[in-house]
Amino acid sequence: MALSILHRATGIALYVGTLLLAWWLIAAASGPAAYANVQAFTGSIIGRLIVFGYTWALMHHMLSGIRHFVWDLGFGFKANEREALTWGALIGGIVLTVLIWIIAYAIGGGR
Amino acid sequence: MSATDTPKRSMRTPLGRVRNLGAAHSGTSDFWRQRLTAVAMTLLMIPVLVIIMMLLGRNQAGAAQILGSLPIAVIMLLFIIASAWHMKIGMQEVINDYVHNEKLKLVSMMLNNFFSIAVALASIYAILKLSSGV
Repeated sequence: MALSILHRATGIALYVGTLLLAWWLIAAASGPAAYANVQAFTGSIIGRLIVFGYTWALMHHMLSGIRHFVWDLGFGFKANEREALTWGALIGGIVLTVLIWIIAYAIGGGR
Repeated sequence: MSATDTPKRSMRTPLGRVRNLGAAHSGTSDFWRQRLTAVAMTLLMIPVLVIIMMLLGRNQAGAAQILGSLPIAVIMLLFIIASAWHMKIGMQEVINDYVHNEKLKLVSMMLNNFFSIAVALASIYAILKLSSGV
């Protein structure tokens, strides 16, 4: 499977997305008005979609990275093992993303 | 040790000196750091997610108080440093693979370094500011 390009694509997306994280941290350090701007953005539909996409990119890149790490250590090269690792990263990334957002809504919605 | 550290009277041939250093001209050091920062971030992922969950739905005062506490600031700083380093090396690898024009490559490499360092420093500054309560 040609999943390595997805590892790169998510990596590049995460690279650009660090701007959002930096903005958020700087806003928290700046004051209520700046922080309200970030919250207005992350609370909007587009903002939520971007953060959701960011969550998935992060989870997928992490699991896909663990897959590469297993290979670096010299394991998982059999055909069935390769398939399992690849599908594990693909499905695991989606599952973790949904799970994180369910927990986020349960916690964030309660405040 | 870089190739330039080699004494001038070395018996090694120029080819021998650069062999195995790869497209980034830095040997396996980037490979190692890429894995090191990846493992660090994987270990830090759960603490960082917990911190983000703690911040959800809070206003700036609440967020500032949480982010400024010592253990959380340290976790965030470690994660910021690891991610900036990791993404700098990752983008460098992408540039090495796809950008073949030497001048464009040079500019891309510089911009990559500038971006990664700027994002890291801005984030670190924010955390330190929150920690010191200024």
